Amino acid sequence: MFSRINAIAGVTIKELYRRKDFYVIFVFTVLIALIFASINFFNDTNIVRYLKEITLLLIWIASLTIAISTAARQIPAEKESRTIFPLLAKPITRTEFLLGKFLGSWLACGIALLVLYGFLALLARTRDDSWHLLNYFQAASLHWVMLGIIVAFVIFGSLVFAAPSSNGTITFILAVGILLLGRHLNSVALGLSEPGRTIVYTIYYLIPHLEFFDLRDLLVHSWPLVAWGTWALAIVYAALYVAVFLTAASLVFRKKPLI
Amino acid sequence: MRRSVLILGLLLASCFSVALRLDHLLQIWAKDMPKKGSLMEVIMGDSRRLLGDYFFAKADIYFHSGYYISRFGGAKEHHEGSGHMAGATEEHEHEDHAGHTDHEEEEHAAPDAPKDWIEAFGRKFYPSEHTHLDEGGPNKHDAVQEILPWLKFSADLDPNRIETYTVSAYWLSQRLHKPKEAEAFLREGLGANPGNPSILFELSRIAASNDKDLDHAVNLLELALAKWKEQEGPKKEPNTFLLEQIYGNLAKLETERGKSEKAIEYLKQLKSLSPHPEAVEKQIEDLEQKKK
Repeated sequence: MFSRINAIAGVTIKELYRRKDFYVIFVFTVLIALIFASINFFNDTNIVRYLKEITLLLIWIASLTIAISTAARQIPAEKESRTIFPLLAKPITRTEFLLGKFLGSWLACGIALLVLYGFLALLARTRDDSWHLLNYFQAASLHWVMLGIIVAFVIFGSLVFAAPSSNGTITFILAVGILLLGRHLNSVALGLSEPGRTIVYTIYYLIPHLEFFDLRDLLVHSWPLVAWGTWALAIVYAALYVAVFLTAASLVFRKKPLI
Repeated sequence: MRRSVLILGLLLASCFSVALRLDHLLQIWAKDMPKKGSLMEVIMGDSRRLLGDYFFAKADIYFHSGYYISRFGGAKEHHEGSGHMAGATEEHEHEDHAGHTDHEEEEHAAPDAPKDWIEAFGRKFYPSEHTHLDEGGPNKHDAVQEILPWLKFSADLDPNRIETYTVSAYWLSQRLHKPKEAEAFLREGLGANPGNPSILFELSRIAASNDKDLDHAVNLLELALAKWKEQEGPKKEPNTFLLEQIYGNLAKLETERGKSEKAIEYLKQLKSLSPHPEAVEKQIEDLEQKKK
């Protein structure tokens, strides 16, 4: 079973480095970051936090774009080119096919993150007094885990929504919305009257809180590491949502005609 | 095919005519429109002021190492606009003239208790502890220079935001020991806001404390006083705190220059404004005794 999932995942990863998207995004990120790095602020060469913040913002935008665009086209592209038929004619279940697509897209995001965070660490090290490698590891790993939730949701969405473009747009809006407002929904709910309060509070408890995986502020401002137990709990939390979305995707895919 | 070519030709001719007409109108409008400054001003219009405010608030968030309470959060405190970063310059003055600070109690207010387990868990992933960069921040490493990029961005976007120049100058000269950079930045601000008394006041502070050029500092303060009367005097609610600072510093510098008469004159003016007139009266008495 694992070898079949790995085979599908391998193809998806190859797709990432064959396509030019990632290279373009990476070059743009590097260029913008270097432009900001070249600004002189009152002849002080030790200023680094603004640079980390801007570069991290670019990395987050780049990673969301890569994750959504890679995952959204997986199943529709297989259907369009009709390669899904010979693939599913082999001894492979639809669930394994989905898992392979998920794993491939997620690992592709991981490779992209590795390169992007590597660049950030190098850039920051030119001004910072130490590497802070464990801080980068925590931030990158939770970021990657969060992308897992998004990839799983996009794969589910590619079976529900009509086109990859609508799937991508909806996911992007939802992800950004949760990242910006997710943690404030409880405060918003408390300011509402019934039934609005219950509805908003229910949404608050149902949505995956992507902001748990956003360690940008801690990384930028050199806060101490998040407790490893908390870090592990966040991963378990993400794993549950990934499982929910992939199970839903599998249930839909099993009943869905391929044509 | 021929019909399409004719339609295309007609459209191009129409475009050309409209462009000529618009260009003519634009030249007429341009004469009546106020002169625009930088490219940024032309492109962004008034929205740059909003962004200027945002970046100023961002500098304050940096001063607290990323800690802030959002608009959705508790109402105990907020760090937008004039937060502790800006307050520090005022505190400095309060300490100078009244010997105590007004911000101490609110400075270490804790955030509200979490409402649920999601909020409690979420707080572990972003800064939720109130610290100040000038006191070392979370890792006890003084990094107050980190607020400067946002102050510079704020000034670039809104050159008429006086507080940006005065706050930057305070941190640059008093904490980062970069009086030259502070002065250059203030002069940049003075260029954008000619004769602004707050900027002149900050310039005098640098002249007095860093250059030890008391004559120059007094000249700047006298100019600041004249400009204050000119700009703030007619207002319904003038900035009397700045006037207090100007009189206070003038009295101090004149005392240092050995001109007690003038110093007493300024202190008498200060007494009528100060929330602590008895302390000012004491200074006047001391000076009069020394004179005798």
